[in-house]
Amino acid sequence: MPDYSWPPMDQRKVLGKRISRLDGNAKSSGRAKYSSDLNPPGLLFAAMLTSPHAHARIKSVDTSEAERLKGVTAVRVISKAGTEIQWAGTEIAVVSATSEPIARDAVRKIKVDYEVMPHVVREDNLANVGNRAKAAGEQVTGDPEKSFGESDAVIENTYSIPVITHCCLEPHGQVIAWGGQKLQFWPSTQAVSTVGGDLAKGLEIPATDIRVQMDYMGGGFGSKFPSDRWGVECAQLSKASGGKPVKLFLDRATELTIAGVRPSAFAKIKVAAKKDGTITSWQSQSWATGGFGGGGMPPIPYVFTKIPNIRLNHTAVSLNAGMARAWRAPNHPQASYLTCSALEDLAAKLKMDPVELFDKNADLTARPDVYRSQLKKAATLIDWSKNWHQRGEGTGSIRRGLGLGIATWGGAGHASKAKTTINPDGSVEVELGSQDLGSGTRTIIGMVAAETLGLPLSAIKVKIGDNSYPPSGPSGGSTTVGGVSSSTRKSTINALVKLMETIAPSLNTTADKLEAIDGRLRIKGSPDKGMSWQQACQKLGVNAISEMGENDTKRTEGLNTGGASGIQMADVSVDMETGIVKMNKLVAVQDCGLVINPKTAESQVLGACIMSVCAALMEERIMDQQTGRVLNADMEFYKLAGIKDIGEIVVQMDITPEHDKKGVIGLGEPCAIAGIAAIANAVANATGVRVPTAPMTPKNVLAALNSGRNA
Amino acid sequence: MQAFEYANPTTLQEATGLLSAQWGEAGILAGGTDLISLMKDYVETPKRVVNVKGIKELGGIHKSGAGLRIGSIVTFDELMENAAVRSEYPSLIEAVRGVSSPQIRNMGTVGGDLCQRPRCWYYRGGHGLLAMDASGKSLVPNGENRYHAIFPAAPAYFVSASSLGPALVALGAKVKLVSPSGNREVPIEKFFLVPQNAQGRETALQANEILTEIVVPTSKGAKNATYEVREKDALDWPLATASVALTMKGNSVGSARIVMGHVAPTPHIAAGAEKFLAGKTISESVAEEAGKAAVADAKPLSQNEYKVQLARVAVKRALLHAAGMKA
Repeated sequence: MPDYSWPPMDQRKVLGKRISRLDGNAKSSGRAKYSSDLNPPGLLFAAMLTSPHAHARIKSVDTSEAERLKGVTAVRVISKAGTEIQWAGTEIAVVSATSEPIARDAVRKIKVDYEVMPHVVREDNLANVGNRAKAAGEQVTGDPEKSFGESDAVIENTYSIPVITHCCLEPHGQVIAWGGQKLQFWPSTQAVSTVGGDLAKGLEIPATDIRVQMDYMGGGFGSKFPSDRWGVECAQLSKASGGKPVKLFLDRATELTIAGVRPSAFAKIKVAAKKDGTITSWQSQSWATGGFGGGGMPPIPYVFTKIPNIRLNHTAVSLNAGMARAWRAPNHPQASYLTCSALEDLAAKLKMDPVELFDKNADLTARPDVYRSQLKKAATLIDWSKNWHQRGEGTGSIRRGLGLGIATWGGAGHASKAKTTINPDGSVEVELGSQDLGSGTRTIIGMVAAETLGLPLSAIKVKIGDNSYPPSGPSGGSTTVGGVSSSTRKSTINALVKLMETIAPSLNTTADKLEAIDGRLRIKGSPDKGMSWQQACQKLGVNAISEMGENDTKRTEGLNTGGASGIQMADVSVDMETGIVKMNKLVAVQDCGLVINPKTAESQVLGACIMSVCAALMEERIMDQQTGRVLNADMEFYKLAGIKDIGEIVVQMDITPEHDKKGVIGLGEPCAIAGIAAIANAVANATGVRVPTAPMTPKNVLAALNSGRNA
Repeated sequence: MQAFEYANPTTLQEATGLLSAQWGEAGILAGGTDLISLMKDYVETPKRVVNVKGIKELGGIHKSGAGLRIGSIVTFDELMENAAVRSEYPSLIEAVRGVSSPQIRNMGTVGGDLCQRPRCWYYRGGHGLLAMDASGKSLVPNGENRYHAIFPAAPAYFVSASSLGPALVALGAKVKLVSPSGNREVPIEKFFLVPQNAQGRETALQANEILTEIVVPTSKGAKNATYEVREKDALDWPLATASVALTMKGNSVGSARIVMGHVAPTPHIAAGAEKFLAGKTISESVAEEAGKAAVADAKPLSQNEYKVQLARVAVKRALLHAAGMKA
């Protein structure tokens, strides 16, 4: 078996280089066509009717008037009479028509009679949710009571972070043409190789009848794995319309209402330490909702999992609101925010520098040395020793503060198969049924193949986004880079070995004595004995080489693994009169094993930092108990940061020989965890008061300042 | 969006002839930054859309002895770049800067800013201007009212969305409204109204009228400024604003106009603060006291008490800006 291991750090020609993404120009110029941009000939538009009620039973649906509208090609009822609706925005019926205006007009002509039922859509006050609360069993480690009694310092506070949505810029949806046996499916998905099978199940047809293609997608963040009801309905509309292509994408309001949310998290936390800062005990009563499905407990205490005495209680709250979907590091940002807030409060109580507290307790984590080293690196980048002060020591109407957050993630590669083809003319292509979520997957596949073959990146054609290519896993859990880099490495080495076997006789040697470097195949140790890449490929005659490679998740051969760590530190200024928080700087130190492309990796961390600024300062789904609806299902009051709001962001990929030898580790999620905690702690440090409720809006900051002042 | 007839008149007379005496028949399109979103949400469903951007006489900014005449289709950008406005009315410039989207400043017009509908999410969600439930009760007092009025005027709890309104009220501007039957000039503080019932409107504009121009009297050296408090620096609605115009007598204030925005269904004149300031020399503490006087009679709703403080700070900071003392 060939040696698939990564080349040593100092011998890499392509890996580890800062390379701009292959599709950057296409995307920034608009030439890149996303699925929602596709307008195949004969295209029909679909629109969906959704429930205005949060909880109701459908008594009747009358589509006759919609069906009679000129231009309407098909009408389908999704929620039939008798169906119990559990959240506003539930899909009721769908219409396809020759134009978008006709489809939207037709939807408004559908008459639905509802029996409206009582709803609960807010969980902030647990006392008001009644039987929607479901307690999970208590978990106890050690002897919390005894330990709290013997501790030197205890803090107890309640912290909360609301439900937020994925808010994908390209909403959920697809174009489908289903004429004859074959169904052509152009989705916006994180799962090119599996979404077709999922749709097939919904349509009760063989998965082999579905061809999935997607070149570009505009954001998923964990919410775009299934084919969804709208996928199934889009297919049925196409079939009912004689196989014409139908486009069904959610409108903005529906996107923010039913296409997935990140669960909220509320927790009353008590933490104790010895005088020297050693954490001894943790107790928390938490609750959360992710909509109708309830909400699990975030993994608290986060990272510091080896606290000897722990008592955990959690209550899941089921609301009449759209369901949760995975949201970039499911439950980790919430857990980091809750834990780091409590630990920073503990540090303040001890009058201790929180960096020192984290460092002191690093042995309570799974990776003490990594965190200690990252704390130092981040502190240097933000000039912590110069800029940090004891909580509340700032003066004046604008006060500056520093805070920190911590992150952990798995991120081992998913199952992935790749096919590398070397043609007699020297051209090379790599095919995978993978997808590029904007993280640079295309680019890193090309880089791995180029490195392996000793060719420039421009010599490699990367083909992804098609389920006719070898299957590759869905992009979730930060598993893509590990999966596709490993499968690409293996398929490309397998192809290279074949090429070497073909040419070895003409060099009077054997394949195992050859190497591919700088566009040449040559004998190891005798650089002048060899031939150019082109000459070598010509020896293939008419037959191309085409070889597979697989990332076997049980046997990754050192190519990829899991276990990423990160520290983020924030520097903010708070206007004490208005409660407005301004980002000065956010520093992210992040390891992810072997970093294939530092430039795209940093980009991914930058994006995560911006998401953290949004969630920390402004982002919140606002439910109205009276109407049962989302009030800010738009991009006006569902607030996201603009360029002026994000401050300076400094990313340092933690690239070291120790991390590198672990192989490739996923990055998407670990970097999206610690920022909220860092910003919230910086606000507490600046103002002298814990703002217990995220986001840190003027409303929440002033409420905390005023209650702090009155205390 | 409901299908509509599109009219593209080139004269004012032609345009007013295309309007109707009844609301809901015709919609006036200028920059379209509000009308189009209202139509997409079916909050407004005009049968005819009348584009007024092609009417030359509605454009331009002209200075005369009486002051400045600003055509209603002048865009935010044009206003911001006008030398006369820049030199005499920094308050307007600061108000325009608050519209923190280059796209909206490029498209949005002065007239559109004054005539835009409130952003109340119950209104935009189809519950009518007064945000009523099926029984006719307002959803706002017991609902999500963090962005609503702190000077509510039941049955109206929304806030006026106009960015320029408070500044123009402070500067004593008038608006000219033209209908097929003639024209009228209305002092801008009387242009903004509190609707009394579900059929009411929040401005004096009639269904068959077009707002053609704004006349801002010469400032006569009055110091003026606007200060906005927004959650975001990027595009966002203000939480509270204050516009002030101070006529000075030597170093002290002769008379003051103080108008708060985004705190009431209309730009809200802070009469108490105006009275307090007369004869005072602006200082940090005087501005602070004026801020307190401005919100003394605020009646915040269940979730928006924080806006009282924001309005107070906005008044204080606008005064300090006007007096050349950076807050």
